[in-house]
Amino acid sequence: MTIREIRKILAAALLTDGKHQNVTIHSACGSDMMSDVLAFAKNQPVLLTGLINPQVVRTAEMMDIRCIVFVRGKKPEADLVRLAQACGIELLSTSFRMYTACGLLYSHGLLEGPVPNE
Amino acid sequence: MNEVLLLHYEIRGGDFIHAGESSGHVKNILKRLGFHPNLIRRTAIAMYEGEINMVIHAGGGTADVKITPEQIEIRLADHGPGIKNLDLAMREGYSTASDSVRELGFGAGMGLPNMKKYADDLKIRTAVGKGTTVSILTKVSRNQG
Ligand SMILES: Nc1ncnc2c1ncn2[C@@H]1O[C@H](COP(=O)(O)OP(=O)(O)O)[C@@H](O)[C@H]1O
Ligand SMILES: [Mg+2]
Repeated sequence: MTIREIRKILAAALLTDGKHQNVTIHSACGSDMMSDVLAFAKNQPVLLTGLINPQVVRTAEMMDIRCIVFVRGKKPEADLVRLAQACGIELLSTSFRMYTACGLLYSHGLLEGPVPNE
Repeated sequence: MNEVLLLHYEIRGGDFIHAGESSGHVKNILKRLGFHPNLIRRTAIAMYEGEINMVIHAGGGTADVKITPEQIEIRLADHGPGIKNLDLAMREGYSTASDSVRELGFGAGMGLPNMKKYADDLKIRTAVGKGTTVSILTKVSRNQG
């Protein structure tokens, strides 16, 4: 599933320039605890979260995450958007809640994905 | 690459805007040097967790990184409160982080376990009232063949 498709499924607003929307996403992870995200390195995942502080982007950067979806219509500040842009990470904002947003992606075939061997 | 590359960073305590910058910088350098993506990710995550710990728990500190073709050594040193019970601190879920830190998405008590998981060697020297030094080693050999 591409970032563009994720955006459609979640009726999400694009907060970054959208240059990387054709990147394919193979797995997903929904969490508000960054260390939980950092515990499970997955293959090219999307991160769904309700947090909008800069450490969400830093966490994504370390994990090679290319797309972050902010749930419940949250919109981060301009600094965070700039940081994501510099890291080549696309930001989406959906009005769905976490449970529904994850459920929608799952039911469209985006599964959790295996945890690759580090 | 040259035989050895040394990097040094000052990490400010309580600064959640810039926390993670040095780990991001190291990650970019490793990418440019052409290391294996898994090695880069393991190294970046371990360093980032350590960097965050210095920001949250220790009032900041320093990071020294030594990159060679075979391995990456990271030394994170602080003059914070130290860790009273290291065995307890290493357990998954153990955290003394405040609620305000939790609201930022940290304080799950997974940082030290994550560092252990992603590093090939992790050494922690700590003294209560004096500070903590965390040494992280990642080896190229783990991500070959
Ligand atoms: N550099 C440090 N200085 C002082 N205490 C630390 C340091 N790093 C870790 N700790 C202690 O070890 C605990 C566990 O650390 P960690 O596994 O990273 O979990 P978390 O950071 O989520 O609390 C922390 O809650 C803290 O009490
Ligand atoms: Mg921690």
